[in-house]
Amino acid sequence: MNLTYRPLVLGFIALFFTAIVFDRAQAGGNHFYAPVADPVVKEECGSCHIAFAPSMLPASSWQRMMGNLKNHFGDDASVDAETAARISRYHMANAADASGQRYSGKLLKGVALDSAPQRITELPAWVREHRKVPDWEWRHKDVRTKANCAACHPYAEQGYYNE
Amino acid sequence: MKRTIAATLATFAIAFAAPVFAGPREGLLMQYASTAQSSGFSAERGQALHKRNFAGGKPETPACISCHGENPRSPGRTLSGKPIAPLAVSVTPTRYTDPAKVEKWFKRNCIEVLGRECTPQEKGDWLVYMINQ
Repeated sequence: MNLTYRPLVLGFIALFFTAIVFDRAQAGGNHFYAPVADPVVKEECGSCHIAFAPSMLPASSWQRMMGNLKNHFGDDASVDAETAARISRYHMANAADASGQRYSGKLLKGVALDSAPQRITELPAWVREHRKVPDWEWRHKDVRTKANCAACHPYAEQGYYNE
Repeated sequence: MKRTIAATLATFAIAFAAPVFAGPREGLLMQYASTAQSSGFSAERGQALHKRNFAGGKPETPACISCHGENPRSPGRTLSGKPIAPLAVSVTPTRYTDPAKVEKWFKRNCIEVLGRECTPQEKGDWLVYMINQ
């Protein structure tokens, strides 16, 4: 009787390990942050800078940012109430800590979800990932600012941040 | 009879010509003209405005050309490195066809460059310059 269970148990153990390995491979190797799909959000948030993926910051961050568009990193980026509501809704639904987000967990390592960080480039994981980039590269005329993701990540607009 | 034909022709002429005269750009210009109370707009004044060093707003953007570049037919670049489509209508035909968008950017960019909103006269001059480019 015992003998019939054996292949089943072995099979499940094998499946379990495969799942773990596969998950690691996806989470670690894929620097993917789903790009903004809403055309209005893309236009309003992607004219001056690349439309940063909502999954790069927790919901608390976006909430705080949308409450202070009048002083958006030194610029007045105010939009009308209807547009603001649409942008907020989109960012809340797709924030790093929203359900169903798969890859952004890594970027939020060491970040308290309610601390509402505003700069993606100040997240500990971001800093760690970019620690080997020398100063002169940041100052290069085609880069100039850390917000210029696409200068070094040519597929940033499509959501891919591999080197 | 002759008069009827003339009237009919006139009606058709107006009906077909109207869309040409009442495009979104012309609508904007008419709107600026009605509040500017000026004798008209000038592309030369618009060009001067476009290139002038105001330094009244943010230090990084003293002039329109800081981001948009010297030549309206070439693309510009935002401070964070994003390309900006050329301002000249001849190169970017979709420009200035959405009045709300035009007003939005006049407001933002004038505050960043001049440190204040632009007057209807300034907007009209600048728009005429870009339409003619």
